[in-house]
Formats: sequence, structure tokens, C-alpha cells
Amino acid sequence: MSRSNQRWLLGAWLCFGGLLSSTAWADSQLNLTKGVTAVSREVYDLHMLVLYICTAIGVIVFGAMFWSMAFHRKSKGAKAADFHESTKVEILWTAIPIVILISMAVPATSTLIDMENNNNSEVTIQITGSQWKWHYKYFDQGIEYYSVLSTPREEYENQNGTFEGNGNAKGENYLLEVDKPLVIPANKKVRFLITSDDVIHSWWVPAFAVKQDANPGFINEAWTKVDVPGVYRGQCAELCGKDHGFMPVVVEVKSEQDYDAWLNEQHALIAQAADAEKASLDATMSKDELMQLGEATYMAHCAACHQPTGLGLPPTFPALKDSIVATQGSIAEHISLIENGKGMMPPFGKQLSLKEIAAVVTYERNAWGNDTGDLVQSSDVKAASGE
Amino acid sequence: MTTDTVNESLDDAHNDDHHDHKMTGIKRWLYTTNHKDIGTLYLWFSFIMLLTGGALAMVIRAELFQPGLQIVEPDFFNQLTTTHGLIMVFGAIMPAFTGFANWMLPMMIGAPDMALPRMNNWSFWILPFAFAILIGSFFMESGAPNFGWTFYAPLSTTYSNGSTAFFVFAVHIMGISSIMGAINIVVTIMNLRAPGMTYMKMPLFVWTFFITAYLLIAVMPVLAGVVTMLLTDTYFGTSFFDAAGGGDPVMFQHIFWFFGHPEVYIMILPAFGIVSTIIPAFARKKLFGYSSMVYATASIALLSFIVWAHHMFTTGMPLFGELFFMYCTMLIAVPTGVKVFNWVATMWRGSMTFEMPMMFSIAFVILFTIGGFSGLMLALTPVDFQYHDTYFVVAHFHYVLVTGSLFSIYAGAYYWLPKWTGHMYSERLANWHFWCSLISVNLLFFPMHFLGLAGMPRRIPDYALQFADFNKWVSIGGFAFGLSQLIFLAVVIKCIKGGEKAPAKPWDGAEGLEWTVASPAPYHTFSTPPALEEDKA
Repeated sequence: MSRSNQRWLLGAWLCFGGLLSSTAWADSQLNLTKGVTAVSREVYDLHMLVLYICTAIGVIVFGAMFWSMAFHRKSKGAKAADFHESTKVEILWTAIPIVILISMAVPATSTLIDMENNNNSEVTIQITGSQWKWHYKYFDQGIEYYSVLSTPREEYENQNGTFEGNGNAKGENYLLEVDKPLVIPANKKVRFLITSDDVIHSWWVPAFAVKQDANPGFINEAWTKVDVPGVYRGQCAELCGKDHGFMPVVVEVKSEQDYDAWLNEQHALIAQAADAEKASLDATMSKDELMQLGEATYMAHCAACHQPTGLGLPPTFPALKDSIVATQGSIAEHISLIENGKGMMPPFGKQLSLKEIAAVVTYERNAWGNDTGDLVQSSDVKAASGE
Repeated sequence: MTTDTVNESLDDAHNDDHHDHKMTGIKRWLYTTNHKDIGTLYLWFSFIMLLTGGALAMVIRAELFQPGLQIVEPDFFNQLTTTHGLIMVFGAIMPAFTGFANWMLPMMIGAPDMALPRMNNWSFWILPFAFAILIGSFFMESGAPNFGWTFYAPLSTTYSNGSTAFFVFAVHIMGISSIMGAINIVVTIMNLRAPGMTYMKMPLFVWTFFITAYLLIAVMPVLAGVVTMLLTDTYFGTSFFDAAGGGDPVMFQHIFWFFGHPEVYIMILPAFGIVSTIIPAFARKKLFGYSSMVYATASIALLSFIVWAHHMFTTGMPLFGELFFMYCTMLIAVPTGVKVFNWVATMWRGSMTFEMPMMFSIAFVILFTIGGFSGLMLALTPVDFQYHDTYFVVAHFHYVLVTGSLFSIYAGAYYWLPKWTGHMYSERLANWHFWCSLISVNLLFFPMHFLGLAGMPRRIPDYALQFADFNKWVSIGGFAFGLSQLIFLAVVIKCIKGGEKAPAKPWDGAEGLEWTVASPAPYHTFSTPPALEEDKA
């Protein structure tokens, strides 16, 4: 290497060393998580095994390269040797890698067989992905609900200021928090049946080493058995459109007792909601009440596509401001569109209460200068969907 | 060799008198059927595409510089990642290799030109239109394709933003161009080798392009098929990939990756060829294990057809399928390992010097091998469940495609620039280019391993706070790497305009027929086939 090359190399190392010693790395996670299940620990061990083997091979191969770069250089008077073939050596470095590969394939196979054994589960939960939320349905319990990102829009749109490296203006679990997490019991084999309502999603919780695609029209299986109660966070792992980065997975693992208590609580809540639904049929809400509830509902369920401004993102997501549906069309058609969906728009009939649909229709017909003056009540929604 | 040179110069004199129909101005480039002109066109085109795709990547990295949505909307972010991938794969890397094939293959096998010169012209000139359509869709109402370069259905059909038709049309044109280019390479190599150059005497460079061309002919029609199915699903009511009509969205992925996996070897085998040419030249020692290199290349090509579903371990394959594709994928490490060991054995006890082509080749061997290691890790199905669709994968394929393919392209460009331009490149500028690229590319891609392991999914416009530190450094590395490529532009322009006069063979250890002709290479070479030296292997 010429003197100029040496100077370059020195500069390069100085830059690199400076970066590595930077204090910014202090609290970043560098390695795969060990997780909280037997499978995730097996996966972690396998990961470390391969990492060590690769590192060792790297040290040997790169070592040999750097050795010859240092000592077999023309500037040191090295004369080129003449060898350029050796069947023995070629066979040797074909055979050794095969042996190494087999030593990795054996543990990988046994871990994989464990992962794919979906038998003898104690709890079964259906997970349905849709743009851009998860739906959880507990078999034999009558419990089902949607789980939606709860990080406020102001945070990811930097309305409270940008991120300055100190966590200001963003919450602790920024983008990894939901309104209603999936709740599962600890120490029980929980089976997941995973599917999708629209495009392909992928349900992933690193701490469980479970990542399974949600394919529309097909059902995939996965399972987990968690040792440690706690809250575990993951994300959708398959590109699913605009808000792919905004559909986290949060799982709350509860002890058996806490889980049973949670189930009872859910059953009570379902009964309450049914009563409230009935009561709302007779109630008449004021415009203020409707607009307030409507705005909240709109921001939670509609704003991702139609935007808080009602301007949408044409041509994919149409505007509601001054739109025919929200200003000239009949109220019944407006309600039906929200309940049943159309094209890319998913149906919201099962997701929203009568009161919420009434409120959101009212909101859409009066917000952003749509000013139709229409007021819609729960009973109107019931009547429209009864047709 | 002396006889060759004499023959050649007689030849040139002859050509200059009677056969040089070189037109001037734009017509020369539009109508040209000369392999060197077309090679130049391909190389410039791919460099422009590299800068275009790179500019898109700069916007991506700017958005990801810190948490929160700063610069672009999520939907536009998806358009950026999609077109960045498509442009880099089909616009930068593949045409660059076709450029090398055009320039070097005829000169290496002692042929006067490519076998099918008019088709050669056409296969280049449809490419700019394909990319005009693709990039043009940014300015249409629908926006550019936003469903990822892998365009999984039904995101690219029922749920697309309306860009599907233009996207499919552009891909069809790129495919036609690639197929024509590949046919030309196969026909040229099979028919126009100098007398005495048997297959096992061809330079390894020629072998890798020969095998790559077969891969292209085999899989580009599959790509054409799958985009056509996509088109009819979107606009003509078929249901290939729609369960509601009896189709299957996972079938899309099977067909796509049956094309996609050989495609990634299409982008790396020629790189092997370039590096296998350069390392012996600067180690002043013959390539170790020539025939095992040929067999290793062929086995990698064959294996590439039976590993496609390792991209799909999380789609819900049966256990048997997962095991089969895991084992086959792991097997690829064997011939790839043989190649790396052979390169190291070539350097071992050589007499090495470190000119720019060698520097890039050494960087290639080390960094490509790092990409190979992460590839081996990804092959293991149980662990792939954790790595899949995270930044670990992004790190992996950028190590093999940027520090692999792209670095080999730079190595080749520095190696043959004296032959192409007749001038030596500026060693000082080239050093700047190399060291800036080397440092920034590792700052750009190495931390992505950590991000992926820590759980950051790919293709997201915003991320959780624990990923903030690494993303900042990655972005800084990205901007630095992008800017460093402008230094290469300066090197090339300076080298074309002037510089130290290059002799016919500027590298004393170089072998091959291309060094027997003058620098710059005359417009027509080997109008009569050269005589091969007896001892040339």
C-alpha cells in the first residue's frame, strides 16, 4: 500500500472509531430479544449460534485476506506463487461448510417442528387484520373488539413540536400503543387463527417469536405460551398500504385469575353496551352532543383515510367536504355506506354503536362547511339499517 | 501477443479507411449498432438511474431522520420506497451489467461485435421509455406505484392507487429489453468466440454473463406473466389472486418469487465475474480453481430455482415446505463459500498492489460476505420469523446489492476506464470516492442490522422512539454515501476529458484479449479473429 493509501486508511479508522464511541448508542437495543416463551428462547439461542459460527468463519476468512494483504504485497517484494488449482483443497472447503450447515440445520429443524405444533391449545383467538387495525375474537366467549393505534395524531404530525432526542413531544410508547390490547392468560397454550379482511397484513410480537401473515380469504395458525405476565408490543410486518406503520400489536398477558376477572368484566360490559344501545333508540341527542361524539368517532375511525379536514387523499380516498354523499344524498344512503362499506372502504356496522353512527353521520353532514343542518338519531340509524 | 497487436493495428487502419460509418451528433447514438456505443449508453443510463433512485432514497432517509412525520405523507413514502426499489433493480444494477456485457464480451472473446446488433440497439432504446413511464407516474393523478417493489396482491390490485396499469406496462418493456439483451449475450458467446476458445477457456467474466443470460431468459417471462395476471385482476375482472373468486393471494408470491429469486442472482453473478477478473490481475497470480468457479456459478444458478419460498416463510406454508426451502437455501452457502475461498486463495502468496479496481474488489469480497452471513441467518426458518420484513432484511439485501453488485460495478469501471477512454483516471479523486463510499456505506447499512434485530419493521414512514438513535446515524450515512457518488461522476468526466495517456495494457497483471487492442479501444475491434496464445487457460 502506498503512503497515500495508508493516510486514507488512518483517517477512515479515526472516523469510524469516533462514531462507535459516540454516547448516542447507550440505550439502543442491539440484539434480538430473548422473549418470554420457550419457543422465543430457542429462536434466540439459534440466532446466537449462527451469529457465532458466522463470526468465526468471518475471522478466519478475513484474517487470511488481511494477512496476504499485509505480507503478500508487491511493495514488500513478494513474488507471486504459481499454484492455481488443488482438488484436495476444493473438496475440503466444500465438505467443511456442509458439516457446519448440518450442525445448524438440526437445531433449526427441531425448533421449527415445535413452532408448527398447534395441537392441544387451551384458548383460541381469531385475529383479523384490516386497513389499519386488528380485530380480536375470543372463541366460545362472545367477546370481540377492534384494537386501534392510540397515539394521538398530534404526536406523529409533530403538532407539539418535533422530536429532539429527549422524548419531548412524543409519549413513551409512541406508535406502539393501542386503545384495547389483546388480553391472554399466562402459562396457557393460546392458539391464534389469523386472517384478513382486505390486503395482506402480518401479526408480529417479537417477545413471542410469532410472526404470521394475515391473508384475505385464508386462515393461518400460530400459537404461544407465555411464562411472564406483562405488556408486549409489536407491529404489522407486511406492507399493507398507507398506514402500515401505524397498526401496532399490543398484548397484555395476565395471570390466570386476572384473566378470568377480565373475561367477567368484558361480559358485563357487553351487557351494558346492549342496554345502552336499546336506551339510545329512545333518546334524542342535541346537535352539540351529536357533533362532539361525531367528531371523536370520525377522528378515531374515518380520519386516517378521509383526513381530519374532510378533504381525503384523492383519488384513492375521496373528500367528504362538499361531497354528494354527505351533502346531497339521502341520509339512509349515507348510513348504509358507513354500515356496509363500498370498494376499498370497510364496513363499520359491527364496529360502531347506533349512537356513534348517528353522531358521525351528523358530523359529516355538518362539519367543514357542509352545513346541511341534518340531525341523525340512533333510531334513524336503526330504521335505515332495518330496511 | 505481439502478433495480435500487429494484426489489430493493421485492421484498424483498414477500418478507418473504408468501414467507419460513425455518424455524428445525436444520430450516432440513436442509430448505433456498435457494441461499444451501446455499452456506453447502457452505462450512462444506469448511472443516471442510480442517481435518480438515490435521490428518492435521500428523501426516504430524510423522513426517517427522526421520529414523526416531517417531510412526506405516508402514502407518498410508500411511492418512494417502491420506485426506489424498482429503479435500482431494473434501472441501475441490471443495465449497468448489460453495459459491461456489451463493451467487454466481444472484446474478450475476440468477436467484432455482438451477434445481433440491431436488436441490441432496440433493447437499449426502449429502456428510457419504460423508466419515463414509471417515473412519470409520480406526476399523474394516481401517483407512482405505492405497493412495494414486490407488488403483493391484493395491495397492488383491488387496493392500488390506480398506478397499476402504468406500472405493468413499464415492467413489460423492461422485461422485453432484458430478454433481448440476454438472447444477444447467449448468441454472441455461443457463436462468435475466437477459434480455439473452447468453453472451458473462456474468461470467467464471460462464463458468469453466459449463465446470467440463461437465468434472464428463464425468469423474465415469469415476471411478464405475473404482471399480466395482476393487470387482468385489476381491470378485467379475473380472480387469480382474489380468494373471493377462487384465487389465492399467496400464489402471487409464489409466482413473483419464482422470478424474484433468480433475479437476485442475475444481479450478483456478473459481479462474481468482474471480481474474478480483477483479483488475479492485481495479485499477479492466476485465478485459483477456475473450473470450480465455473461449476460453483452454475450450481448457484440451478439452486436459485428451488429456493424461492424462503421469502415466504411467514405466509403459512406447511412444515414440509418450510423444511425443504430452508435446506435448499442453506445449500447455496456451499458454492458461494467456494467462490469466496477461491478469491482468498488467489490473493494468498500473490504479489499484490492496491489500485482502485483492487480496492473495490477487496471491499466487495468482505462486505458481500457479510451480506452472505446475514443471508445464511435468514435461511433458518425459525429465526426468519423474527428477521422477516424487518430492517435486518433491508441490511442484508443492501449489503449484497450495494456493497456487492454496485461495488463490483465500480471495480469494473475503474478497471476498464483506461480501455474505454484512453486515459488513466485521477487516483486522488478515485481515492476520495472509495474511502468516502466505504465509510458512509457501512454507516448507512450496518446499523440497520441492529434496528432489525431490535424489531423495526421495514417500509414504515415513522417509528418508535427506541429506534431514533440508529436511524439518525443511518440517515447521515445515507446522505454521505449519496453525495460520494458524485465524486465518481467527477472521476469519469475528468477521465473522458483527459489525463495521463493509458497504454494498451495499463495493469501489468491483467490478462485477456481486451488488453491486446489499443486504448481507447478502436471503434471496431477484431474484424478478423485473433490468434490465441497456446498457454492461455
